[in-house]
Amino acid sequence: MTFGELGSTLAFAALAFLSVIIAAKAHTPEYAFHAYLFAAASAAATFTIINRYYDRPAALPPLTINGKPNYNMGPVKIATIASVVWGIAGFTIGLLIALQLAFPALNLDTAWLSFGRMRPLHTSAVIFAFGGNVLIASSFYVVQRTCRARMVGDIAPWFVVLGYNFFIVIAGTGYLLGITQGKEYAEPEWYADLWLTVVWVAYFLVFLGTVIRRKEPHIYVANWFYLAFILTIAVLHLGNNASIPVSIFSPKSYIVWAGVQDAMVQWWYGHNAVGFFLTAGFLAIMYYFIPKRAERPVYSYRLSIIHFWALIFMYIWAGPHHLHYTALPDWAQTLGMVFSVMLWMPSWGGMINGLMTLSGAWDKLRTDPVLRLMVVSVAFYGMATFEGPLMSVKAVNSLSHYTDWTIGHVHSGALGWVGYVSFGAIYCLVPWLWNKKELYSLKAVSWHFWISTLGIVLYITSMWVAGILQGLMWRAYTSLGFLEYSFIETVEAMHPFYIIRALGGALFVAGSLIMAWNVWKTIVSAEAVEEEPSVRLKSVLMAAE
Amino acid sequence: MAHENHEQVDALTGIATTGHSWDDIQELNNPLPRWWLWSFYATIVWAVVYCVFYPAWPLVSSYTKGMFGWQSREAIVQDLDTLKAQRAGMTAQLAQNSLEHIRQNPDLFAFARAQGKASFGDNCAPCHGAGGGGAKGYPNLNDDDWLWGGSLDEVEQTVRFGARSTSDNGHQGSMPAFGRDGMLHREEISHVADFVRSLSGLPTETSAHLAEGGKVFADNCAGCHGDKGQGNKELGAPNLSDKIWLFGSSKSVIMEGLTNGRGGVMPAWHGRLDDTTIKALTLYVHSLSGNQHP
Repeated sequence: MTFGELGSTLAFAALAFLSVIIAAKAHTPEYAFHAYLFAAASAAATFTIINRYYDRPAALPPLTINGKPNYNMGPVKIATIASVVWGIAGFTIGLLIALQLAFPALNLDTAWLSFGRMRPLHTSAVIFAFGGNVLIASSFYVVQRTCRARMVGDIAPWFVVLGYNFFIVIAGTGYLLGITQGKEYAEPEWYADLWLTVVWVAYFLVFLGTVIRRKEPHIYVANWFYLAFILTIAVLHLGNNASIPVSIFSPKSYIVWAGVQDAMVQWWYGHNAVGFFLTAGFLAIMYYFIPKRAERPVYSYRLSIIHFWALIFMYIWAGPHHLHYTALPDWAQTLGMVFSVMLWMPSWGGMINGLMTLSGAWDKLRTDPVLRLMVVSVAFYGMATFEGPLMSVKAVNSLSHYTDWTIGHVHSGALGWVGYVSFGAIYCLVPWLWNKKELYSLKAVSWHFWISTLGIVLYITSMWVAGILQGLMWRAYTSLGFLEYSFIETVEAMHPFYIIRALGGALFVAGSLIMAWNVWKTIVSAEAVEEEPSVRLKSVLMAAE
Repeated sequence: MAHENHEQVDALTGIATTGHSWDDIQELNNPLPRWWLWSFYATIVWAVVYCVFYPAWPLVSSYTKGMFGWQSREAIVQDLDTLKAQRAGMTAQLAQNSLEHIRQNPDLFAFARAQGKASFGDNCAPCHGAGGGGAKGYPNLNDDDWLWGGSLDEVEQTVRFGARSTSDNGHQGSMPAFGRDGMLHREEISHVADFVRSLSGLPTETSAHLAEGGKVFADNCAGCHGDKGQGNKELGAPNLSDKIWLFGSSKSVIMEGLTNGRGGVMPAWHGRLDDTTIKALTLYVHSLSGNQHP
């Protein structure tokens, strides 16, 4: 048995034992349920590792075969499939809560389906379950290919993928059962946070170890972005979730931060979840998959360096723009705003590098719907990263904050940028991972593209109109100096836009179902390629002299 | 792999690459786009200038105040002061004059109704509906039927101190739970419910025992609701002989009220809203039903 096998077997056995004790003495049945889940998962892990030890050949897989790197793609495949499954779940719950906003009776008078529980389920499912699995899958794929090295670790990559998805299960079932620490995008309680910390450290070590093991002299730009994402998320997670549990037998904990400091830490976390999880991580995807799919070189190496460092330096300051016109001191609000405005060009640097990489290959947009998805995603990225700095300006924010404009802004980034670049990456990865020539149906990708695009357009335009209308109604005064509209009148005015938004969401869900079908048919199709996929041609190079 | 070969050119664009290659991905050695760089500089300059004029950097025990000396706290105080100043003249008149006098003065009345409408939307609409249309258990304020009286003074009394509220001055009195507390049997409740429906001319079942119901009514209900069910505003006992029903006119709803009692709460707004706002609300609510009661 290797050291890793022995250590993880013992660790999982100990965790299973501890979980049973906690389950027995848990203060609430919900917490006991989670403890039993931990016990079952740890016991299954222990059993699987021992079983695998008896089944596997004596030697671990070699790092290279015939001088070529022996890539470890098993965990990548699992994370890719998980992202498709979680994506559909997350989008569908989003559709449900969109409909609940238009027709509140759709919570069916149950606590389980109430908006307060469904909303974090939606946000966590799309950001962390869908987005997180896309990031883990693509980063494990890209880091191996661009370093020409097999991933570090034998059990560790599996632990990262399965452990992360176990965290998703704990978080999601927790929301349904009413377990939350009430911090937006960081709702899971202390024990789930602790588990995620262990998984994330393993993720960081596997990724970094593979970069160190690389056979290339330089580190590719995508890997800078992945590394910045993994490292910063670790710091944010620890800072924002610093809390003291009531007891090891209770799911409840108290955050160490209080008052406006807590609000500031929350949005330092919240905004950088956008900046590093949903931006840096997905820029890494863009930097690998767009040049790969377009078979063109990246537009500008210099731009990639400058915009990378500018982006990660600026983003970390921008959080206070979520707290304009609150108890947060004015100076902090100013800093949040000016750094958000300075972020505009660093963000657009990524957009330029993504779009201009197509120079010389624009014709491919006509024939390749996968490339079209990714290019449109970069366009949405450019739009959202212009809108963000604009909304961070206090004069604009005084109209936009707390309105549905914010929801529209977030979704032009989430559906357009994160969603589309993820779909593009999944459509690339599936044939590459399962050794197929191409996807089962490019036509279906085209349908997915157009249906979802129509959905996004309906979604963001309805939310722009709704948000601006809402903001104007809130601030409207009569000539006598009284508010023109009561709050309930502004709620009533939102109704038609909420229906249009739900329609947009339904189209987006429909598109994702087409994708799931296409991915499934590709995986099970018989047509396989013999060698590693080399249909991607090298761009033609010639000596300068 | 062609890495470390610094002398390569991309054939399509004629631009040199950096010579690196990762999994067949190369990078062009394009310079930073000029417009991009200058826009970036412009945002940095703007940020610096903004920080000079507005509060921006934390110091040991204070922060840089900025040349404009702007503070969000002062700005909001100023905004509110401006608004108060705009309304000051009319508000003073509202405070000084009696409800009846305000009602006779068209300008003042229009101002009071505007203030009342705004205040109603934020404070009263959750129960009484945005237009005062009411809901089951929450009186409709548009009809001219008043549980506690519809004159200006009576409406003000109700708004100020509420009904069955926490205020000692609020209206008291509620419908007892005749069934739950064992005062009437289910059969008697059924009879009296039929009788109550007959008071306003609603059809009753052919088998209805109206005579028995009438006797039960006289013994138990007439004390508050009056011998003909005409109601009593002192006690907030609804008129049962009109077509207006607070909870509904079906027999089952009436029996539900007889069994479990009724006693909806109107909060006391005294102390939560200032005097002129309560006056404005009174005039607004009073005006909704067409001013039948002076």
